[in-house]
Amino acid sequence: MKLLTCPLNGQRNITEFTYGGEYHPMPDHQQASSREWAEHVFFHDNNAGVVIEWWCHSASSYWFLAERNTISDQILRTFPAEEIFNQRIEFAAAPEPEPKPKAKANGEPQ
Amino acid sequence: MPFGLLKYGLNSEYPGEHHFNPTTELKKHYDVVIIGAGGHGTGIAYHLAKYHGITNVAVLEKNYLGSGNTARNTAVIRSNYLTEEGVTFYRESVKLWQDLSNEFNYNVMMESRGQLTLAHSDAAIRSFRWRAEVNQHMGVRSELFDRQQIAEMVPNLNMSEDSRFPIMGGLWHADGATARHDAVAWGYAKGACERGVELHQLTEVQDIEVTSGRVTAVKTNRGRIECGCVVQAVAGASSVVAKMAGIPLPIHSYPLQAMVTQPYKPLLTPHVSSPHLHVYTHQTSRGEFVIGGGSDPYPLYNTRATLDQRESLTAAALELFPFLAQARMLRQWAGTTDMTPDYSPIMGLSPVENYYLDAGWGTWGFKATPICGKTMAELVATKKVPEIIKPFELERFYKYQQINEAGATAASH
Repeated sequence: MKLLTCPLNGQRNITEFTYGGEYHPMPDHQQASSREWAEHVFFHDNNAGVVIEWWCHSASSYWFLAERNTISDQILRTFPAEEIFNQRIEFAAAPEPEPKPKAKANGEPQ
Repeated sequence: MPFGLLKYGLNSEYPGEHHFNPTTELKKHYDVVIIGAGGHGTGIAYHLAKYHGITNVAVLEKNYLGSGNTARNTAVIRSNYLTEEGVTFYRESVKLWQDLSNEFNYNVMMESRGQLTLAHSDAAIRSFRWRAEVNQHMGVRSELFDRQQIAEMVPNLNMSEDSRFPIMGGLWHADGATARHDAVAWGYAKGACERGVELHQLTEVQDIEVTSGRVTAVKTNRGRIECGCVVQAVAGASSVVAKMAGIPLPIHSYPLQAMVTQPYKPLLTPHVSSPHLHVYTHQTSRGEFVIGGGSDPYPLYNTRATLDQRESLTAAALELFPFLAQARMLRQWAGTTDMTPDYSPIMGLSPVENYYLDAGWGTWGFKATPICGKTMAELVATKKVPEIIKPFELERFYKYQQINEAGATAASH
């Protein structure tokens, strides 16, 4: 049985986890071209060696990151996503060329 | 008579046929360097030499001929895909397979025994009907089978309605086949070497020199070679080799494990596959049952075998063929599958001008061997991308024009 240490639940059988892909820093969502998005979404380093990747503990739906060697299959370290994602990201839309006046909560019930 | 035989056996000039040229020194320059001597690499070399008269070709192989995924796949040949691009491509490949032994005068033991893909849900039946329509429209023999037809065709199959996932129907593909995988690489390599191509085994490419957008040379453990162009045909190491030329690829490399039982008398004619149970099996002409399934749950550059995968493969195989419970396993092994996001290959031009890609062969590389040899050689010789492989260009990912074959790719997802 291969074990993976979940930062939340401790050591568990690796069959309890789901692999979630390589970790890549996200491109600037306001500036990135369609080509850059394609690279971010589809292309992978697919490194033979140490990689950082997403894993999810399926039973608790807890997502975290792991450092793993893709040749020896050794898991070197697991850590909570907060280590990398320590700042709030605002997904505001890119500023329009001619900004329209914002409709301020007009439709909301009083 | 016994003396004659002994004399023959001990003769220093043993009259056995030499299929491949003995390793010579690497030349300083080749017009074409092909990285990887599997079915694809040797196939490209063969077509270059025979049909395009290009013989100043070196096929470099870090291990021995056909030692990679050519030796590790489960030898399934079929063309019952879903997209127009996919069906056209694999249909042409199956046609070439059917005449391959004659083509290079080497027996690849091609057996067209058909493939039966099982449906265990209404959704699968719907998708099979769709595939059958597409296939028939494009001249590929596929049809929907009901339970009775399946029971008649495969009497040993567990048709019980009390099993966890009862069989509801199937997709019968009469063009499905199998062949001896090693012989494919041997036949191509023999034909290529006879025409002057050099096969260099134990020659590992360690770096690729790119100057102003063109490949100029490759560095190997046996020295540096200048080259007119490079073709990479290294299933299982596509990302690693492409990275040497500075080309990123949309690939994740997963192991895919398979195993084989002790031999039985002939009792299963077609190849039987169940995408739902993540298993497929056929009986080889030696009588062994080859059992394969989905890729491993996470990427790895390692061909180790795991107990987890053995358990899940066995459980699924036993659900289809309960008599296999008595079988002894002879071997379990893995091959590295370069999975692309859309389950289609990456062929043709690359961002480097004279560097050609034959990559992303996931779980569909063996069946495409002859058509790859033919079309990639045409590309190298004419510098024009053949129509049939145009849709599989690397650039499709930047254009968001993927060719989705996820549903038609057996049990690997």
